[in-house]
Amino acid sequence: MNSEITGTILLFALTLLLAWPLGKYIANVYAGKKTITGFLNPVERFLFRLCGINPAEQMNWKQFLKAMLTINMLWVVYAMLLLIFQDKLPLNPDGNTGQAPDLAFNTAISFLVNCNLQHYSGESGLTYFTQLFVVTFLQFVSAATGMAMLVALFNGIKEKTTEHLGNFWNYFIKSITRILLPLSIIVAVLLVFNGTPASFDGKDTITTLQGDTVQVSRGPAAGMIAIKQLGTNGGGWFGVNSAHPLENPNYITNAIQTISILLIPIALVFSLGFYINRRKLSKVIFAVMTFLFVIFCAINIYFETKGNPAIDKLGIAQTTGSMEGKEVRFGAAATALWSVATTSTSNGSVNGMHDSLTPVSGGVVILDMMINALYGGVGVGLLNYFIFIIIAVFISGLMVGRTPEFIGHKVEAREVKIAALVTLLSAFLIKGFTALAAYLVAHHPEMNLAVKPGTWLNNPSYHGFSEMLYEYTSANANNGSGFEGLGDNNIFWNVTTGIVLLIGRFLPIIAPIAIIGLLAKKKYIPESPGTLRTDSYTFGAMTLAVIIIVTALSYLPALALGPLAEYFSM
Amino acid sequence: MSKQKSSIKLFAPGLVGAAARQSFVKLHPKLMVKNPVMFTVEIGTAVMLAVCIWQVVTGNKSEGALWYNITIFAILLLTVLFANFAEAIAEARGKAQAESLRKTREDTPAKKVFTVGDMYVNEVKVVSSSQLRKGDLFICEAGDIIPMDGEIVEGIATIDESAITGESAPVIREAGGDKSSVTGGTKVLSDSIKVKVTTEPGESFLDKMIALVEGASRQKTPNEIALTILLAAFTLIFVIVCVTLKPFADYANTPITIAAFISLFVCLIPTTIGGLLSAIGIAGMDRALRANVIAKSGKAVETAGDVDVLLLDKTGTITIGNRKATGFHPANGVERNEFIEACVLSSLADQTPEGKSIIELAGMGTKAFHTDGAVFIEFTAETRCSGVDLPDGRRIRKGAYDAVKNITVNAGHTFPEETTQQVKIISSNGGTPLVVSRNEKILGVIELQDIIKPGIRERFERLRKMGVKTVMVTGDNPLTAKYIAEKAGVDDFIAEAKPEDKMNYIRKEQQGGKLVAMMGDGTNDAPALAQADVGVSMNSGTQAAKEAGNMVDLDNDPTKLIEVVEIGKQLLITRGTLTTFSIANDVAKYFAIVPALFIASIPALQSLNIMGLKSPESAILSAIIFNALIIPALIPLALKGVQYKPLGASALLRRNLLIYGLGGLVVPFIGIKLIDMLLGLFM
Repeated sequence: MNSEITGTILLFALTLLLAWPLGKYIANVYAGKKTITGFLNPVERFLFRLCGINPAEQMNWKQFLKAMLTINMLWVVYAMLLLIFQDKLPLNPDGNTGQAPDLAFNTAISFLVNCNLQHYSGESGLTYFTQLFVVTFLQFVSAATGMAMLVALFNGIKEKTTEHLGNFWNYFIKSITRILLPLSIIVAVLLVFNGTPASFDGKDTITTLQGDTVQVSRGPAAGMIAIKQLGTNGGGWFGVNSAHPLENPNYITNAIQTISILLIPIALVFSLGFYINRRKLSKVIFAVMTFLFVIFCAINIYFETKGNPAIDKLGIAQTTGSMEGKEVRFGAAATALWSVATTSTSNGSVNGMHDSLTPVSGGVVILDMMINALYGGVGVGLLNYFIFIIIAVFISGLMVGRTPEFIGHKVEAREVKIAALVTLLSAFLIKGFTALAAYLVAHHPEMNLAVKPGTWLNNPSYHGFSEMLYEYTSANANNGSGFEGLGDNNIFWNVTTGIVLLIGRFLPIIAPIAIIGLLAKKKYIPESPGTLRTDSYTFGAMTLAVIIIVTALSYLPALALGPLAEYFSM
Repeated sequence: MSKQKSSIKLFAPGLVGAAARQSFVKLHPKLMVKNPVMFTVEIGTAVMLAVCIWQVVTGNKSEGALWYNITIFAILLLTVLFANFAEAIAEARGKAQAESLRKTREDTPAKKVFTVGDMYVNEVKVVSSSQLRKGDLFICEAGDIIPMDGEIVEGIATIDESAITGESAPVIREAGGDKSSVTGGTKVLSDSIKVKVTTEPGESFLDKMIALVEGASRQKTPNEIALTILLAAFTLIFVIVCVTLKPFADYANTPITIAAFISLFVCLIPTTIGGLLSAIGIAGMDRALRANVIAKSGKAVETAGDVDVLLLDKTGTITIGNRKATGFHPANGVERNEFIEACVLSSLADQTPEGKSIIELAGMGTKAFHTDGAVFIEFTAETRCSGVDLPDGRRIRKGAYDAVKNITVNAGHTFPEETTQQVKIISSNGGTPLVVSRNEKILGVIELQDIIKPGIRERFERLRKMGVKTVMVTGDNPLTAKYIAEKAGVDDFIAEAKPEDKMNYIRKEQQGGKLVAMMGDGTNDAPALAQADVGVSMNSGTQAAKEAGNMVDLDNDPTKLIEVVEIGKQLLITRGTLTTFSIANDVAKYFAIVPALFIASIPALQSLNIMGLKSPESAILSAIIFNALIIPALIPLALKGVQYKPLGASALLRRNLLIYGLGGLVVPFIGIKLIDMLLGLFM
């Protein structure tokens, strides 16, 4: 085995080693137990008093959602205003202009929903002020939002019968003060020592050996890069994200960032077990997620290290694998691992160009985002997985001859309806909008949009189709990465992806919380030998089957026309 | 017990004809819309019909060859008809079953009692049974068929209920008490009774059940509703898949015909389970009826599958109704043979099963005993003993420990200590001691034992594997109850049970979130029957008990509860497995159709044609033919129900996943390939 592949295995192993204790710590934080960060108590008390919050006040599922939606609405207005008027605000050493309203709409929403689809380039599209007070701010709060919502799910599962899902503000604040901030500080410091900039100065000018002068953008980037990875945000400081030599200078920073991408999502899976005291459930969920994750990684590493068959045909040796769109300092295997990690976790940062992945790997990362529940985004990943559990519980419950139940609560028509709706929704958003875009490209290439549909695609044919499919899949999954061959900074893409982002974020959060709210209210049924245990590996296999079948059935034709057609045509 | 279980063949010719006609009647959109999955297929069929007509009129060839489109139309129509047929045959079977029951209550003459003034006097007039109304009184004498369900208000009679229950031994019904209920269609064998009608015509349990299995008044059960929602969602996903495929294909410069779109759509939506869903529900009710259980609603049958706790009466369910003599224990100084002889003598006139069993155990026969001049003393509740006074002066008494002890003590004799010990030992072993005395001196003790029904332990074991807890209810003292409970393998028992104890036990379990089922017959069982989630009352029980429960067992068989639970589980399992099968089928269909759609524009996608289907046309045809044929192929399974194995939940899931999940994945690959090869002979 070559050292590149060994490197990826070590990275993943190290992530798991760190995620286990972190999961325990997170569970303790939310449970209000003593932790090493106890010294932050006064800070939180001060914040609560300042905002007039009683952290002990219990909320039911509707109140929980209301609190979350209200504060999110406020943030989006705030973010849009700042982006449009950023040229009038301080900390703009490079004199960047304000964003156009449709771009500001897209950007504000994109960061609000933890997606970070970027239709601009950080160097020119934002100022230091908006990078910090819009982008970095939203990267913290959107991650904390997802985590707080997950704790509501935990509480619903933990209690036998309850209306109380805890206090949104309490979990929200603690997610930031106890989890996101401390970890970000550690990661940022590590990055700074490895050469990532953290300065308020404007562009630097370098004179190269040839005598040319090159303008190099910089800024207070390290902190933002830390939270972008830890909070599964993914929006980079620089346009090309973590492929940029200042954003991700070397193999060590690459390792740190890969771990940061996976760390909290995996830790949250473990924290479920610690929090509700059912470690087996955690282990089964982790096993299912990891099973698919490892397969996806293996496929991508195989195809990326094997090289591009088109280049093979030219008789050119590719000893380092398919290197188009990849950074020499990371190599093909590390980029392949990153590509799966970033799409599994709804992160969306990249250290190489996904547009240049070989067709099968490209298909895998799209599929990964279609599932969007292999670890998933912080908090929301498990919420997505919960929907799959509900469908699996329902079908397998019938198969063993009992009214289906999950952790002692009967799953009935109402819960199935909500779960089915969410499943339906992703298919509708991704395929519906891709169809709309494909229709415009095929039938109205000269349509009078700011950018004509005929010129959207840099690559025609199957790959062009994949680019459009990728964009909406990424938006729906709140991932934020892109097949960058697509000309997406125009009103059509800004608005349509904006819509997909909003619906694709909030309905999949509202639905599981509604389901757990309804379930938790029901009478608790103790387990008997006739009960199908959801913390068994048999049930894990059932969930896995549901994930694969539902995803395959919804998306196979689209995947066939994009990545598969491209692969078979090579 | 001899049961005349009417077994109607799955596809009896008469039924098939009626069902075939019904499948066309059911094409009416108003009826179809209740089944969203099949309704969309019907719409697709209508569209194909329109395409064919348009093609005939205009002669336009852009939508493919006419014969091909007509074939597609025909297959789609067949798919809908097959689904309708499944439902119709289930209904027809239910109807036939109900009809055979109903025959027993066709117009019979009724001797109605008419009122004169404010008084009921026995002015009897023969009217048709259909003219009887609730509250009317009628008289039945030996040889009469009882015209209506009712409650005896006067008299006692032996009744032959074999028409309903298949049980040939006549039963005794009498006014007052728990055995006062009579069923229409049964025959009075002796004596005369006056009966009050308790139901309006058309509202008896049987009528309700008939309406349920006929499907007319069948309401969807909660699980069925939830499943329909899930299936509707899957259908919508495939609507999206097919609608978006049009612009996708445009982008790829591939023309796709309407026929291909509709075929893809129909193949993908879960038509298999959609077509069989209502048939499964009806068949579940039908299976209950076949077990001679009348359920008041489909929900009751379904709930039975969820039951966690079963309350069972000891007598008749766990033990054979009567105790049997199992041992003779003579007192010190008494010859064994002498003792046994006394036992036999005292039991010669005893017609109770206990008495008979004593003679049986003694094995001496009765011929040898001369009983001329002997005076037999009957058992009464007061003396609690029976016996015989022989001409030679021997006075033999046999009875309960304290009763016989009183006799001996009153006569001035002492009661031997070792006999008291023996009595205690027998009691603690779950037996009942009968003490025998001669001339007020103790001879010994006869041991009577409850006989646990053969095979009942295994049935409880089966229930335990299903996760159902069994509770024995008995009037015995806790010691005896505990012994029998252990021996029979029940999980818990209620000893010295009073009616309210049952009620409290049910409440307690329900508060813990459990579902409880019980069986009862007496009026004092009614509150508990109503409280239980599944209350099965015996047909011989009182009207109050029957009203309170949600099922009636025509056989009066206390073990029926166990069967009911299995029927309920089977119903859910059949739905779940066929859903899984149906959805798993789609994978193969994708592999058949997707490459076929894009053969012209994206030849590379032929790599997905892993079945190696001949041509795009034959691939699509094979897929929809398979899709249509699988419905009738699964009708037997839907009607009979998937076999239920008492395994743990996880093991059961693994088993069903393997059979129906993996099977559902593999079978269509083989089926479609075979059909394609067949079609290849013609195309």
